[in-house]
Order: sequence, then C-alpha cells, then structure tokens
Amino acid sequence: MSDAVPLTTDRPGKVASVTPPARGRSRRLSDRKLAVAFITPALLLLLAMSVFPLVWALFLSFTDYSATRGGTGTFVWFENYTAVLTSAQVHLRAVTTLIYVVGAVVLQTVLGFTIAYLISRRTHGRGLLTTLFLIPMMLSPVVVGLFWRFMLDAQFGVVNSMLGSLGLDQVEWLTRQRTALFSLIVVDTWQWTPFIMLIALAGLTAVPKYLYEAASIDRASEWFRFRTITLPLVWPLLLIAVLFRAIEAFRLFDLVYILTSGGPGVSTETLSFHVYKVAFLGFNTGTASAYGILMVVIVIVLTQLYLRYLNKLKED
Amino acid sequence: MAVSVNEAVPASPVRDRTPPARRIGGGRGRSVLEIALLTVLAVVMLFPVLWMIETSIKENRDVYAVPAKFFDFEVTLAHYRDVFVAPGGGLSDLSVAFLNSLLVAGVSTVLATLLGVPAAWAYSRFTLKAKKDQLFFILSTRFMPPVVVVIPIFLMYRVVGLIDTPLGLILIYTAFNLPFTIWMVKGFVDEVPAEYEDAAMLDGYTRLQAFRKFTLPLLVPGIAATAVFALIFSWNEFVFAIFLTSSDSVRTAPPAIAGLIGGTTVDWGLVAASSVVFALPVLIFAYLVRRHLVAGVTLGAVRR
Repeated sequence: MSDAVPLTTDRPGKVASVTPPARGRSRRLSDRKLAVAFITPALLLLLAMSVFPLVWALFLSFTDYSATRGGTGTFVWFENYTAVLTSAQVHLRAVTTLIYVVGAVVLQTVLGFTIAYLISRRTHGRGLLTTLFLIPMMLSPVVVGLFWRFMLDAQFGVVNSMLGSLGLDQVEWLTRQRTALFSLIVVDTWQWTPFIMLIALAGLTAVPKYLYEAASIDRASEWFRFRTITLPLVWPLLLIAVLFRAIEAFRLFDLVYILTSGGPGVSTETLSFHVYKVAFLGFNTGTASAYGILMVVIVIVLTQLYLRYLNKLKED
Repeated sequence: MAVSVNEAVPASPVRDRTPPARRIGGGRGRSVLEIALLTVLAVVMLFPVLWMIETSIKENRDVYAVPAKFFDFEVTLAHYRDVFVAPGGGLSDLSVAFLNSLLVAGVSTVLATLLGVPAAWAYSRFTLKAKKDQLFFILSTRFMPPVVVVIPIFLMYRVVGLIDTPLGLILIYTAFNLPFTIWMVKGFVDEVPAEYEDAAMLDGYTRLQAFRKFTLPLLVPGIAATAVFALIFSWNEFVFAIFLTSSDSVRTAPPAIAGLIGGTTVDWGLVAASSVVFALPVLIFAYLVRRHLVAGVTLGAVRR
C-alpha cells in the first residue's frame, strides 16, 4: 500500500507533444519575483492566523485583561507567569498530562509495533488487514469520545456487560478518579495505535530482504536478527512517530472534553483542558494567555526535537 | 484492550526460545499463534466500530438492554431518519450542521490548495534564503495547541465580527491546512524532475508556463490526495468549531453531534447513527488515498 507514487516516470511523451510557442519571448517575471509572488500569500495568511494571534496572546499574558470585563487591562509584567508556575493546581494538571502522555504513547508504541510486526510477517491479506486496523485513526475525536463514553457507561455500557457475563465486577470507568484517567489512556490508545502501526509498517517493509537472507546464511537467531537488523532500521522512523504522537497527546483537548470533561473532580484535567477552563469559564484571559504561552514553549521544544530527527532521517 | 496487552507480551519470549534446529516444525505453530494474536487484536480494534453500527440500527429498548444484545435485536432505521429529518418534518439541525461542515471544509480545502500548491512549487524549485527554516517554521505553526490559539483568535474575531460565521471557520481551517498542503505537495513536486521545466524553457516557454503546462498536470493526482486529507482534517475538526461558533445555523457537524449528549437523557441510537453518517465519508475518502496515508497523517513530513 505504500509504494512511492511514480507520477512522473512514464509520461515523458506528454512533454514532447505540446507545440512550443514562438521562440524568443522574454520572461516577464524573473524567478525571484515568481518565488516571492507564489510564497507571499501563503506566508501572509499564516502570519495573520497563526503568528499574530500568538503575539497578541504574548502581549495579553503581561496584562490582567479579562475578555468579559472589557477595557484594555493593566500591565502586570510577569505576575501571570509566576501565578501559573507556582500554582499547585497547574502542577497537578502537569502531572496528569505527563501520566496521560507517557501512558498513552508507550501503550500505542508497544501495541502498534507489535501489530505492524505481525502484519509484516504475513504474506496474504496484508492490504486488507492494514486497512481494517487503520479505521480508528480516521475517525473524528468527537465520534471516538462519544462512542467510548457510551461503551464505558457504568449501567448499560457494553464493556461492563461483557465483564458481567465473564463473572467479573462492574467498573465505573469514567466516574472514578483512578479509572477515569486510565480510560482516557485506553481510548486514546485505541484511536492512535494504528498511527504507530502504519509508520512502523512503512519502516518494516522498507528493510531490504537481502539483509535477512545474509543473516540466515550466517544462522543468526531470530532474536539476533530482530535486534541487529529490524530494530535499528525501523527505529529512526518509529522515533518520529512517537514524538509526533507525544506532541499530539500533549495538545489534546477534544477527547477529554467529550469523554470526561476533566472529571470526576479534576482527575482527567490535562493542561489543555485547564487552559480552556481558565480562559473560557474563569475569563482570566491574561492568566490563560500566560498559561498558553508556556504550553506553546513546551510544544516548540518538542517540535524542534521532532524536526531535528526528521531532518536527520531525510539526510540519511 | 487490557486483554490484548497481556496477550501481546508473551509472544516475543516464546519466539526467542525457539531453537534453530526445530525451526520448520516450530514455524508452523508460531505462525498459527501469530495469526491468532493478530485476529484478537483486530477484533479488539474493530469491535467499537461494529458496535457503533449495530447501535445505530437498534430499537431504543435494545440499545439500553442489560446484558447487551449482540445478535437478537430489532432492526430499525428510525435513528437514521432522525439524523436528517426534524420531528415536525423538514431539515433537522443535524442535517443543517452536515451542510455547514460541507461548506466550511470544502471552501477551506480549495483555498488551502490554491495558496499551498504555488508555494510548494516555489519552495521545491527555487533556492531561497533560509528555505529549510521557512519550511520548518511553516510546519511548526500546525503544532500549536488549538486551545491556546483559539483564545486570541476568539478576541480577534470578536473585534472584526467573525464570531459565529462560516467565513471565520473557513479562514482558520485554511490557515490550519496550509502547512500540511505545502509540505505534502512539495514532496510531490520534488518527485517531478526539474529538467522538464528547464527543457520547456529552452523551447521558449516562460517559467510560469512551464509550471502550468508541464509540471501541474503531473501533480494533479498528488494535489487531489492532499486535498482529500485537508478535507478530512477540516471535516473532523472540533476545537475551533466549538469555540468560534454557537448558533445552530452556523455550527458544523462535530459540535452538533457532541451537543446531542448535553441534555439529561441521551438518545444513544441517534448519536450512533449520526456518528456513522459523519464518519462514513471520511472512511471512503481515506480508502481512496490509502497509498498516501503515511505522508498524510504525518502532515507531509514522512514520505516513502
């Protein structure tokens, strides 16, 4: 399913068939101007819709502006930042987010890689299997969140119903402090395991066959082959996928909003969800901006890491 | 899920201990084990989807049956009718939301393609100052947490009157799909040899004509795949939609479907049916672009 697309190779005839215009027509636009004309509109839109809002948020983060109170707010320097960084509430959300990100990404990686490895060893039905496994990933978080909320319902949810018929106790998946965060991790894992699987599979199918053949001539054990051939060759790509998932999990908002709304109590409130509460329920726009800017800083660090690995992968 | 985790782990130690001498005999047993494991994992991954489809065609009393009914339930299409038709006749709120989604996702995809394709071509063909940095900057705007971005966007829209308008959503979705479009299409342009354009220019075409007449036709399948992904991303988007729109006439499908669970009683049959209606086009489109999935889901960053 993942062979590179040969859009180009087999149609050079097309080029020859078009009759050229009269020679000697001067180029109206120099390459440089053309490049500027083609790139500027895109960059302008990004500046207006992505950079400018962040700059505005940065400005607001130094004020005590509130979206409901109106006025312009007064300058408070770093007060918002110290408030956020020293808040016990924020520390609690940071821990929740960390548990969630690490738990979900580790589970997804282990499961996704296992599935990819198992699929890569099959000779028949690989395409069909891969397609089926990919379905959860393509669904909207809204659909995923709603549907799991129904399946995990304590009274009539199908999960508890199945546990019941196995003779096990009912579990309050989404309404107990301990289990709610676990449920969130499970649902995220369900949705995003296919992502890791897809990328791991891309890496696994790219491992040249002759390496395995050479290894089996040397009578290398299966584990040895896995450790010295498969893993080192797949690892760089897998690392990209893991970092990508980590960034996405860190930013996650919609699944929490739908599945638990941060509850019970604040047990599933991630940083994203807390920013939302501060901004849109508490209307402390200044504080929320500072909070948001701090999150952006973390995302930028993670993104830099991601892009650096990506760059390394491309250069190899 | 827990079941599958436990079963996934023992597979590898078993494999390690297989001595080389018994490889042929052990190979078949192992193969059976692997197929069994794969089947279990597939069932776990697909069950929620099947359950959603099943719930959407169940009579209400079977939806809430305890213990759950897997096979012997009354089939009804009433939930699907409720998705599209309001109780008193006419268009339901949900079908209005679906039309809004179509408008917002469609227009923003067209805009992102129109802005992104020329930029992608220029980034691929020309030597520019700090090109790599520019491209990385463009991609990193896509990674900003939506909840953070939406705060200043909300204030901005309030000033210019774009709150609760389709245009507001179209603009933000265009900006949010642009980095992806540029990265993805640039990959496709990189695969078209620049020599084609050089040759055309030797024949007297301008650079722009060479792009339009020779490169662009070759890019069409790639651009189409990219547009399909942009369409899926906008169609599925929830965070901006819920914060930037509020009225039923403007709201897109994700917040409308999420709104179904607001009341005291939840009609899960309706939720399931609208989820199926909402997800079906996505799955069909995703199937059409399955060859580009790796590039698509990594926002054009990883290519094979």
